[in-house]
Amino acid sequence: MTAAPAIPGSASGLPGPRKRRRLSRKLAPWLFLAPGMLMFLIYVIIPILQSMWISFYQWDGLSPKHWIGMENYVELLDDDAFYTSLKNNVIWLVLYMLAIPAGLFIALFLNQKLRGIRLYKSLFFFPFVISQVVVGLIFSWFYAPGFGLFFALTKWLDGTGIAILANPHLVTYGIIAAGLWPQIAYCMILYLTGLNSVAPDQIEAARLDGAKGLKMLWYVVLPQLRPATFIALVVTIIGALRSFDLVSIMTSGGPFGSSRVLSYYMYEQALSEYGYRMGYGAAIAVVLFAIMMIFISGFIWKMWRDERGL
Amino acid sequence: MFPRPIQTMSPAARTAYKIALPVMLILWLLPLLGVAMTSLRPSSDLAQGNYFGMPSYLAFSNYLDVFRNSPFASYMLNSFRVTIPTMIGAVALSCLTGYALAVYKFKGNLLIFFIFVAGNFVPFQILMVPVRDLTVKMGLYDTITGLALFHIAFQTGFCTLFMRNFIKALPRELIEAARVEGVGEWQIFWHIVLPLVRPAIAALSVLIFTFIWNDYFWATVLTTGADTQPITAGLQSLNGQWVAAWQLVSAGSILAALPPVAMFFLMQKHFIAGLTLGAVK
Repeated sequence: MTAAPAIPGSASGLPGPRKRRRLSRKLAPWLFLAPGMLMFLIYVIIPILQSMWISFYQWDGLSPKHWIGMENYVELLDDDAFYTSLKNNVIWLVLYMLAIPAGLFIALFLNQKLRGIRLYKSLFFFPFVISQVVVGLIFSWFYAPGFGLFFALTKWLDGTGIAILANPHLVTYGIIAAGLWPQIAYCMILYLTGLNSVAPDQIEAARLDGAKGLKMLWYVVLPQLRPATFIALVVTIIGALRSFDLVSIMTSGGPFGSSRVLSYYMYEQALSEYGYRMGYGAAIAVVLFAIMMIFISGFIWKMWRDERGL
Repeated sequence: MFPRPIQTMSPAARTAYKIALPVMLILWLLPLLGVAMTSLRPSSDLAQGNYFGMPSYLAFSNYLDVFRNSPFASYMLNSFRVTIPTMIGAVALSCLTGYALAVYKFKGNLLIFFIFVAGNFVPFQILMVPVRDLTVKMGLYDTITGLALFHIAFQTGFCTLFMRNFIKALPRELIEAARVEGVGEWQIFWHIVLPLVRPAIAALSVLIFTFIWNDYFWATVLTTGADTQPITAGLQSLNGQWVAAWQLVSAGSILAALPPVAMFFLMQKHFIAGLTLGAVK
């Protein structure tokens, strides 16, 4: 320890440095925050508000904006493509939830101490590391009539084969299956990490009490895995509603728009050969944003309670 | 340990497990293995309908063809040119914000923290039109800089969440003691906290590398040509050109997946620590 006073400035009796240091401690957090906050404000927060604003206009991105009030939203109410997209988003959300139990199942399967098990865990995790574009291309090949393994399999079973991506009734399920592949891997890694920290003494105690199998899982293990389950839930819900890449790569929303989701439909309206309808696109984005905000508020509420130690 | 260690089970169960492991793995990676096989198949095999049998020879030339008849190398290079600055920028900014939010008590601290967290979860489409417009106005549309700037800003949300929680878990006495000694705020950050957050910096760097390398949406929104587009967007446009030339599409896919895969295997521990957000230790 040096001879520095316990309270800065107090021993010297000089007001100067003391005052300066106090000021800096008050100002310091804002200086540290400034660059990050500024960037985030410019590229994330303000654009959200701007999108809401643009959704009240008719705008092609170049010529002057034309105020039309709620008309974009009124048009949405009568737009079949919008309802198809919304319905597909719900299917995505519901089926994506399968990633959580499936991930838990694989994690339980792999949670052993064995030579080489680490490599197995890494290889099972593989699909998550790969870009969704590559996942989309892999599954496009997998489903492709004539070329693909999946098609060959169904052909062997029913004689004609099912071209999933060309079938309006099946296409969304085919894309979701592709999306589940990396998502299950993600949930698996969350649970594997969680299982590492399950208290062994509690397991042993429950085992002595005769608990085993599913009962043990449900009453002893799962409660301890809550943090992992929470993160798995967050990333799965967000992942399902953000789905864009796979739809774009595998089908471009087709056939006949049957595999569109809101994120893709928005892009199509605002930025593709279907025209530059920025206002209408923004209105679709606002609807998707509103849906996601319901979930995001839930997560934040839970995190806030944890912060407060409630 | 749950489930029961396999070593305590009957020899039959042990053998069954040891057989089940590779079988499950092969089933799990079947689509990927199929594509890897296809990438080594000569185009003559595909023309003759030999899709699943043994390839007549291993056509490593497919990988060369990918580079020869497309701007593939340029796409890959662009990906690095976007990914590396983003990684550095977002991690640097979030060291600052994370430190501010973890160490100082001030009004609005939690509110700002939760704005970063919530912003990180919003759908990209709500940002698309204004961000594209802003980028055009700054003269950065269809440039690497324009794309990287957006990524830095957006990833700051996730990185702040991670950094703040990491710094908050550090022993507070270190900072208090330094203050008592009269060490300035910046000095505390630079000499005391920064060396301690090295694991967090490593974890975030690997994760951001993977996220940005794999980004497709912003690449298509903010860039257009082979001079600027990263590999994800490039692969999609090549997929359009190589209609049914699955050996090329497959080889390209494998190549595009390699850098994040290499990153993952080299930095596995950090990668997983990052993904689990430190919430499950």
